[in-house]
Amino acid sequence: MTSTLAPRRKRSTVVRPGDRIFSGLSTSAGILILIVLAGVAAFLTIEGIPGITASPDEVKSGQSFLPYVWPLVYGTLLAAVIALLIAVPVAIGVALFISHYSPRKLGQVLGYLIDLLAAVPSVVYGLWGIGFLAPKMAPIYQWLESNLGFIPFFAGPASATGRTIMTASIVLAVMILPIMTAICREIFLQTPRLHEEAALALGATRWEMARMAIFPYARSGIVSAAMLGLGRALGETLAVAMVLSVSAGTVTANLISSTNPSTIAANIALSFGEASGKTVNALIASGLVLFVITFLVNFAARAVVDRRKDFSGAN
Amino acid sequence: MTTLTPTPESPGNRGAVDVQKELYGGQLPERAPLLVIGAAVVVAAALYLAAGVNLMLAALVVFAISLALPVWSVAVEGRRKATDRLVTVLVTSSFVLAMFPLFSILVTVIGKGTKVLGIDFFTFSMRNVVGEGGGIYHALVGTLIITGAATVISVPIGLFAAIYLVEYSEGNRLSRWIRFLVDVMTGIPSIVAGLFAYALFVLFFGEGVRMGIGGSVALSVLMIPVVVRSTEEMLKLVPNELREASYALGVPKWRTVSKVVLPTALAGIVTGITLAIARVIGETAPLLIIAGATDSVNFNPFDGRMASLPVFAYASQRNPGIPPEFSIDRAWGAALTLLLIVMLLNLIARLVSYFFSPKGER
Repeated sequence: MTSTLAPRRKRSTVVRPGDRIFSGLSTSAGILILIVLAGVAAFLTIEGIPGITASPDEVKSGQSFLPYVWPLVYGTLLAAVIALLIAVPVAIGVALFISHYSPRKLGQVLGYLIDLLAAVPSVVYGLWGIGFLAPKMAPIYQWLESNLGFIPFFAGPASATGRTIMTASIVLAVMILPIMTAICREIFLQTPRLHEEAALALGATRWEMARMAIFPYARSGIVSAAMLGLGRALGETLAVAMVLSVSAGTVTANLISSTNPSTIAANIALSFGEASGKTVNALIASGLVLFVITFLVNFAARAVVDRRKDFSGAN
Repeated sequence: MTTLTPTPESPGNRGAVDVQKELYGGQLPERAPLLVIGAAVVVAAALYLAAGVNLMLAALVVFAISLALPVWSVAVEGRRKATDRLVTVLVTSSFVLAMFPLFSILVTVIGKGTKVLGIDFFTFSMRNVVGEGGGIYHALVGTLIITGAATVISVPIGLFAAIYLVEYSEGNRLSRWIRFLVDVMTGIPSIVAGLFAYALFVLFFGEGVRMGIGGSVALSVLMIPVVVRSTEEMLKLVPNELREASYALGVPKWRTVSKVVLPTALAGIVTGITLAIARVIGETAPLLIIAGATDSVNFNPFDGRMASLPVFAYASQRNPGIPPEFSIDRAWGAALTLLLIVMLLNLIARLVSYFFSPKGER
């Protein structure tokens, strides 16, 4: 749209001071954003490097950086991936329900309800997770341990409080559901009407229409929604910090016991208050690791969207 | 459509009733879904009321009985329609499943939070309070100051960056990079923003720095991309004819932007900013890192620790003291207050966009 104005600018002879100030302000605001993003990376690196190079007896954990951060990375990825596994099918289902199964008017109201879920602050999710969900999940974990205990994930001993990595993942799944649903819904709604009607006219059932017309069109959008959800889940702090009962340095596939690996973000939130000296730097360095992981995930998600933008509804 | 398989006799030789039966034969009655769901709900309600099974199990029973619909369908209508009905059941129940936590959260927070709400709860701080009593005045003040300062920082930057992207960049390489990185920035974990603010302030104020304004800087990092994206979308919606009409009258570009483009998009921009505020006002992690927690009222964001609602709720739950129940009640009260503020902001955003957007864009 701005391209139509381009010739005008070339011909304009008078450049007023107001114009110069205004365009200068705008341009510098744009550049400032780049600087801020670079600043985030730079300051984390500056403050993080002493933490990475610190010798084991200088930090509270008594470990050098790699053995210290590895269980945290593992916990972060584990919780986020489980959350994603739970949330993706539900999000697609909900989005499909809102966009194609419910009456149109109702769909708008329902969409608003889901958006409401996105607005709930994370500390409220945390309180809900520890005050409501965890006690409710405890008997289920007991059941899983006694009936499916042969699967390593459910080996137990089951946590009596329900504050397990499984519970944390469920809370995370609830938290990332709205954003993923919102993106999927938008893309499903953008599916060309003619594709859908053509499928239905050829005698396809509604599900076959979804499979043949909607999903191929929305595939890259679904992928990017999932990756954005993954980014959220990786970085979520408070809900995990409140719900999970952690024991430092654990790396386990057991999802229902009371000894769980912590996540990077939760570990920072829990230990930052009492930390001092090189321990702070180590925590900042772990934050840098988290930043790099989420940056890569988001970068990949955006790249997927941008690459497929021209021939799909994802933008 | 198994009913349409060719039959040896031509339709003309049969009565109308036969044709109708054949055309509609392989179909469940129109009311079948209602019937099955109704039966499922009745059974579940009976179990819930009579046998006292819990709500989760009752919902599972409803789901299990609903699966009878595709089974019935496979017997009457064939595999394809049965799959369709199965998916309908799954899609609908996934929606119900997603609604579960929303209602559960609302019910739990309202149920547990209203206990402590009262005039005292909003007008007292936690200074020298042990056990019962005390309030969230200090946290409320802190939240308003920190979020207010964050808004003051991010709105001009976000607004001008969006103006650059839409009005000035003309799609050059810099603008493509900004757009891409703003998208990526949306995904920065909130705790990383907090660490950034800490790492920045520690250079000037030394180790262990805690400041309200640091929280504002951290929140700005989270808020700027949201403001840029929403403002950009709104500016793009302004019809080009308006700009061209303004240029044709000899109005310079900066006046066109500030007097024509911005006022046209104002409702949308305000909505976007309100939603951005609603998003960051509930952020806990960065404030935990850089703003810290305190029991006293602090009006100066440049001096020392500053309480905020989310951190207060978190800390009250985490370190409740003895006896714990009063502190945990206060945590729920703070959570409810926070939830109400966020909902209110969302409502304001909707109302602004409903009442003030230019006609025809609703």
